[in-house]
Amino acid sequence: MILWWIGDAILLVAVIPVVVYLLKGVLDAATSIVPSVEKIASAAAAGSKDLDATALLLTTQDQVAKTVAGVAEYGGSLDVILDDAS
Amino acid sequence: MLIASIQPAGAVTIVLALVVVLALVYYLVATIVQLRKITNGLDEVIASVGEIVQKSAPVNDVVDNINGQLDAGVALLEGLLVQKAGMADAVGLVEGLYAGSATAGFRNFPESATTKAPRIGEVYTKGTLTLARLGREAPVAKANPAGPVLRNVEGGSLAARMLYPDVRHTSPEKLPRSPVIGSDAPVQYEQRDDIGAPRKRQPAKGPAAGDPNQR
Repeated sequence: MILWWIGDAILLVAVIPVVVYLLKGVLDAATSIVPSVEKIASAAAAGSKDLDATALLLTTQDQVAKTVAGVAEYGGSLDVILDDAS
Repeated sequence: MLIASIQPAGAVTIVLALVVVLALVYYLVATIVQLRKITNGLDEVIASVGEIVQKSAPVNDVVDNINGQLDAGVALLEGLLVQKAGMADAVGLVEGLYAGSATAGFRNFPESATTKAPRIGEVYTKGTLTLARLGREAPVAKANPAGPVLRNVEGGSLAARMLYPDVRHTSPEKLPRSPVIGSDAPVQYEQRDDIGAPRKRQPAKGPAAGDPNQR
């Protein structure tokens, strides 16, 4: 009977605090992750929204091609008009 | 009967075991709730990252294409400049426009990096450099690495008027009037009498003594 009481005392003093301590640590860690995940989600959504303008790169590509073509034609005209250095 | 037969120490053990189980249930349920929040957040992250990957997929090809076009344009203009102005003058002109760029040289002309750039201001007239500077005065040159645009593209015409040797850009109160010509002109020029008249004859000289042609 005395051993049983000793076992109860150990359960009350050692086992229960350790279990509570460990479980609380896991809960705190999981709780601290949630705000970080929410920030990452908002940042990823904002980044995705910022990339909406990438479609305009196709227009830029077209404009650059037209500009370079115009420069090439202008250079060809200059090549005809101006004499070479040597 | 069964409960009555339990020893007090056994009852305490059962109560403590129940406490442990309740603690486990409480903390584990709370942990599960938090993990579900994390899972939902990660689902949103994965969806957004998927959009980012999808939207940025063609960027590399487009940017490479743009860079290729611009490289071709730069090669064309550099080649034309070298062909028309010669290597030394071309390097000097570029150095005159963008100080320090002569050390980098032209892309397709490795020898341009070692070419000594002449002081282009001493070689060409001011008008030539002015025409060259128009690149920074054009509205399309806003991103010029040499600095901000020199010309006020909104309403400034002074820069263009300053190109001419005129006093009008100084906004004088009174400009000199144009000259008046004709019979009513305030300044009359007398007509010379000798214009249109026979040319005066010089007096004839007599034969000189000892002239071998006089016999």
